Amino acid sequence: MTGTINVLGYAVATLGPAIGLGLVISKAIESMARQPEAAGMVRTTMFIGVAVIEALALLAFVLAFAL
Amino acid sequence: MTNVLAAAEWGGEFEGVLDPINALFDFPAFLFEDLELFGIPLGVNRTIVIAWIMCAVVGLVFYLGTRDAKIVPGRFQGFLEMVVDLNRGIAVDIIGPKGVRFVPLLTTFFVGIFALNLAKLIPVFMMPPTSRIAWPLFLAVLSWLVYVGVGIKEQGFGHYVGGVLFPPGVPKALYVILTPIELLSNFVLRPFTLAIRLFANMVAGHILVVITLSTIHVFLPSMPVGWTVGGFALILAPIVFAFEFFIIALQAYIFTMLTAVYIGSSMEAHH
Repeated sequence: MTGTINVLGYAVATLGPAIGLGLVISKAIESMARQPEAAGMVRTTMFIGVAVIEALALLAFVLAFAL
Repeated sequence: MTNVLAAAEWGGEFEGVLDPINALFDFPAFLFEDLELFGIPLGVNRTIVIAWIMCAVVGLVFYLGTRDAKIVPGRFQGFLEMVVDLNRGIAVDIIGPKGVRFVPLLTTFFVGIFALNLAKLIPVFMMPPTSRIAWPLFLAVLSWLVYVGVGIKEQGFGHYVGGVLFPPGVPKALYVILTPIELLSNFVLRPFTLAIRLFANMVAGHILVVITLSTIHVFLPSMPVGWTVGGFALILAPIVFAFEFFIIALQAYIFTMLTAVYIGSSMEAHH
């Protein structure tokens, strides 16, 4: 079997952001359900947080190819 | 991919399946093959033709829809106004009242990215130009130039860079850690992640669509066992397409929204 170990590295590196994204999005859904009138603000802030967390997984994605 | 198809249809090794995955994205130039500028080939290949056609279609749709704009819009004009209003909503909600002047830019980002991504699902094209890094990178650099330019224009160079690098209200000792992080995150990682987010999603989506369709193509004609697999892929294909359509719209929206967030953060000084 041929391949590169980088793929496994990427798989490991997605775990942290996956947990983080789960926490952020579940909390956002929870607060939207509690206070529907704040849904717009919560959604915007959620997307900003998601973007910051996602950056980690994206860095791993790039490094898996680049290194 | 041609290897996968050949191996599945005529038997043989799946050796080197990962390697020619590039063949899904890299097309040979068929026009101006020899044209070069400083060693960069400028030949026209399939990706560029798709991008040209999508741009022309978007231009045509917006021209026809707003050619004789009425106060009470018809269905077509109403749809276009809905698209612009979505971006206006993003701009006003995130940047504030001053954000109205960025509506043209944000609408261009949204509609352009959406159209270029949509080429992934249009028969005959079946290839998003945004899955070549040049497109997302260009758009991200444009976004970077705009939000840095706005920051410098609104606050002045020293004030803007100082506010970004040395956020006030933090103990002085923390600047040792904070300043390099802020420098990296604001001026390097932001455009980089904007580009990579769009690029990676489009690459993954394109591979997903190709694998679904080639599974149908390879397995459906063969006998009982293959027929089940191919039939399953055939049932799954509309779901995959719907999911991809959702991803296409979401990525266009996220790119636009993050650009607005970055512009908004450089409009106002840190308090």
